[in-house]
Amino acid sequence: MGYGDVQMIDANGIRNDGRKAGDVRPISIELGVVPVADGSCRMRWGTNEVIAAIYGPMEAHPRKIQRQDRAVLDVRYNMAPFSTSDRIRPGFNRRSREISKVTAEALESVVMLELYPRSKIRVEIEIICAEAGTRCVGLTAASVALAHAGIPMTDLVVSVASGKINDVVVCDLNKAEDNYGEADLPMGILPNSGELVFLQMDGDLSPEEFQEAWDYNMNAAMVIHEYCVEALKTGRYPQ
Amino acid sequence: MKGVLVARLDNMTVKKNAAGPQDNQRVTRLVAPGEDLGSIEGHELGHGVIAIDGRIRATKNGRMNVNGNTISIEPRRTAYVPRPGDLVIGYIEGCTNNIWFVDIGAPFNAILPMSLGPSKADFGGTRSVIDIGEAILCRVQEVEETHSSVVTMKGMGLRKIRSGAIENIDPHLLGRLIGKQGKALRQLKEDSECRVIVGDNGRLWIDGDFNGTSEVRNRLRSLSAEAKAIAPGGVV
Repeated sequence: MGYGDVQMIDANGIRNDGRKAGDVRPISIELGVVPVADGSCRMRWGTNEVIAAIYGPMEAHPRKIQRQDRAVLDVRYNMAPFSTSDRIRPGFNRRSREISKVTAEALESVVMLELYPRSKIRVEIEIICAEAGTRCVGLTAASVALAHAGIPMTDLVVSVASGKINDVVVCDLNKAEDNYGEADLPMGILPNSGELVFLQMDGDLSPEEFQEAWDYNMNAAMVIHEYCVEALKTGRYPQ
Repeated sequence: MKGVLVARLDNMTVKKNAAGPQDNQRVTRLVAPGEDLGSIEGHELGHGVIAIDGRIRATKNGRMNVNGNTISIEPRRTAYVPRPGDLVIGYIEGCTNNIWFVDIGAPFNAILPMSLGPSKADFGGTRSVIDIGEAILCRVQEVEETHSSVVTMKGMGLRKIRSGAIENIDPHLLGRLIGKQGKALRQLKEDSECRVIVGDNGRLWIDGDFNGTSEVRNRLRSLSAEAKAIAPGGVV
């Protein structure tokens, strides 16, 4: 049995966790969960649980990383050793380095870094429980935590992934769909302007399937953005 | 004359229709970064907003204020950014032979050159005048474009802090603490019988007996709690 052989969606279009193709897993957001941080956010997205904490702006050390005209974002994405059934070896690895880099680049497009020359803003993303799509949850949580910390931003970044399972394009893949699906398309979207700041693709999609996945991501991002705004205004979502 | 409204400077507000333009009403709501706040036409940009393609957009999470034709955001949280002339309370973090490095709560430490220090000291004798970890009341003299700042202790009332307690509050809440024309702060000083000096960086020096200091601390705590309390639905 290979990829694409595991049946994950039935003839009625119902997925193995009861969702329809365009449905997103349940999301809850809580702000201020790390009192010592300047801003923080806990995001639960299905079984995923992520805590993002923001420190700064502060003096950038070592001095060689300082930029004379703007601040630098120091993003660290880290999975807790207990976050998956296979123990994760603590510390930075190739995958976390890559996700930290793409997350920093996505956030750099919205944070007004030019207001804090020679400074550093520390963004810590800790994955407490991983199911699938932790890079999307981490990026969205980091953007909400940055807003909570009072860092000036031109927009929030909302990230969501769609993919293909059993030749059907579906939104927000769960663990089984991510492991045995045929393709995965995570995107980072600026909801107010509709701009794209992050896109990766794993697997193959035809142009039509790509367009369908793109539409799912765009629609889901708008809905998740409303949740984020609600959390920023009231401290948590749902109430 | 009893009961007759007399137009004075303090009651000539828009609410009482004594003076002022009709559109000078205050509109307040909570906003998130990126939120569209309307067209830029006829408006001026205040703190926490930018103009993109003719539309005003929020850059911070906080309360939007429309005051006259100026739109601004009072942020929920903010970092202290020093400005020349600010009275600040700082901690000495380190020193060289003729310079102290002062933590004033900004992204960067300020420097206090010996020439601007409290008293004359020999070259290399900085620690004998103010030691590492001690608190000082100083004023920001100069801020460079790169946010490096210089503080001075030359001026009336600027000194090393030897007694009392130092407390913190978010810098954007200082307006509420001080009140209109310093009314609230004056009342707090009278009630607590403490000397309270408010630094623009959100640090307060409270000098008085234990009960008075506790009273000031309680006031700061309730002020922070009030600022963070939000009504359901996000409307304040």
